[in-house]
Amino acid sequence: MIEGDTVTREARTPADLAAIASEGRWHVLNTVAASKAGHIGGPMSAMDLMVALFFRQMHVDPAHPQDPERDRFILSKGHSAIGYYSVLAMRGYFPVGELATFDHGDSRLQGHPDMKLTPGVDVSTGSLGQGLSAGAGIALAAKKQGKDFHTWVILGDGEIEEGMIWETVICAPRFGLDNLTAIIDLNGLQQYGWPATPTDRFDRSEPMGHVDLEAVFTGFGWNAVTIDGHDFDEILRAYADAEAARGVSGRPSVIIARTAKGRGVSFTEGTFNWHNGVPTPEQLDIAHRELLGTKEVVA
Amino acid sequence: MKSQRAVWGDTLTELGETDKRIVIVDGDLATSTMAVTFAKAHPERFVEAGIAEQNMVGMAFGMSTLGYRPWLSSFGVFLTNRALDQVRMLVSQTKAPVRLAAAYTGLLNGSAGKTHQDIEDFSIMRAMPNMTILAPADAVEAEAMIRWAAEYDGPLYLRLARDAVADVFGADYVYEHGKPISLREGTDAVVVSTGVQTSRTVEAVQALADDGVSVRHIHVPTLKPLDEHALWQHLDGMSRVFTVEEHSVIGGLGDVVSGVLSAQGAGARQTRIGLADGWSESAPNDFLLDKYGLSPARVAASVAAGLQA
Repeated sequence: MIEGDTVTREARTPADLAAIASEGRWHVLNTVAASKAGHIGGPMSAMDLMVALFFRQMHVDPAHPQDPERDRFILSKGHSAIGYYSVLAMRGYFPVGELATFDHGDSRLQGHPDMKLTPGVDVSTGSLGQGLSAGAGIALAAKKQGKDFHTWVILGDGEIEEGMIWETVICAPRFGLDNLTAIIDLNGLQQYGWPATPTDRFDRSEPMGHVDLEAVFTGFGWNAVTIDGHDFDEILRAYADAEAARGVSGRPSVIIARTAKGRGVSFTEGTFNWHNGVPTPEQLDIAHRELLGTKEVVA
Repeated sequence: MKSQRAVWGDTLTELGETDKRIVIVDGDLATSTMAVTFAKAHPERFVEAGIAEQNMVGMAFGMSTLGYRPWLSSFGVFLTNRALDQVRMLVSQTKAPVRLAAAYTGLLNGSAGKTHQDIEDFSIMRAMPNMTILAPADAVEAEAMIRWAAEYDGPLYLRLARDAVADVFGADYVYEHGKPISLREGTDAVVVSTGVQTSRTVEAVQALADDGVSVRHIHVPTLKPLDEHALWQHLDGMSRVFTVEEHSVIGGLGDVVSGVLSAQGAGARQTRIGLADGWSESAPNDFLLDKYGLSPARVAASVAAGLQA
């Protein structure tokens, strides 16, 4: 449906975005099934957030991926790369068929995003915790050069356990980086789940459950809002507010997006077991039916 | 005779007048690294990132993507150890033009002791693909390297010493990237040194000459990329080779030289003069140089003893 898409950015409705996101989730599962390796839960929880950025919010042009005036995007949780690549492919940065090369030798689509290889990737990531600092540097440089673009960084809720994140959280407000927005994909699950007892693992344990993230970020000098990360009305409103703060608020923004790991497919949603994994052909059929119904998606 | 850190601050300040790509990102050490000189002259291109080296590297990288050529201002240990993963992914793997100006390197850091002594930086940075490693002998070479670096479009590590050393080079010095430099001819042995240890080694070699020992002295200002063929030409035919560095004997210049010797199938015997595999202590410079075998007298004695062994 995206091939030859002539719908303008502003005209895309939440329903349009939801359909694109379903297709993106299918590409995630289908690609990982073909590559026999990759992450699933995180790419699917962050899918709606990325689709809303690339298909509606961000001023980007796939035909000119290095346009100096473009908005910047950083997937700091780089292991969700296949979700990112699916969005870039659907948006037209490279052919959807190229997703089949994910994780293969000589591919532009490495296991973690590589800015030197993949059109649409502004910053290389993969080692957790670093993307926000890169975003802060980009936002600071943009301020110094008088450039009027926005920098968006998606963080995982597990990722913000990295100490370096908090170095940037303390630092960024001192430079008045209201052109920087962090989006936390708060899916509440990590690779190991989270132990209730030393020998136990279980789902839905909310590693960040004891942290009032809004209060923490606000205390450090950020604008903070919590949203449903699968509700496109809420996502688009939060994005628009963050962009409207640029040049006005003098504070960076954080959007705390409550999401479900593995969102969109019955057997992957809400379980840490699909942090990574490879779906069987039978599971792929189920996923196709749940995500796309009878619609054919041609790679 | 001027300290390399002062040369760094002064040279960047001057270059910054015309080269607006230059920014300094500091980790709250500008008065130590002498980035403060630049900060006063170009406050709009001085970024005080605070005591948070990992974020500092990330921000410098981010700025580099918009055309800046950031210099990081911190102590060597924090750039090569604390922020190592950030240097690895955001600088080395992306080939970003981020310059690691390691201001207090080696053993001599104002009596701060082992926590701040940067004695394994060569070893760490040599293993880092895409990283250029510069180790100037004196203030003259440091300035020449900084001017060269200003036009270099990739990652680099510049090993600067805190305290001034006797000048090795004259005002006519020209930096040739990657080339070892012959400082003295000799026939009994060849001594290869790098960084400011070269300045102390000049004195050691003179003392040996005064005692009738004829030593060839080679300075290696660029550990990576190094013209290994040119280095070999300086070693070829010598049966006794000594390497001297203000660095651990593991992974630094000693390994560079032994790699060249073994690749050539040379039968030369090599002695590594440097810091043994252990940590040092806080003490005045002269005490440390003497105790750890890097003073001119101790280097001369090690070479003389090695030739007798």
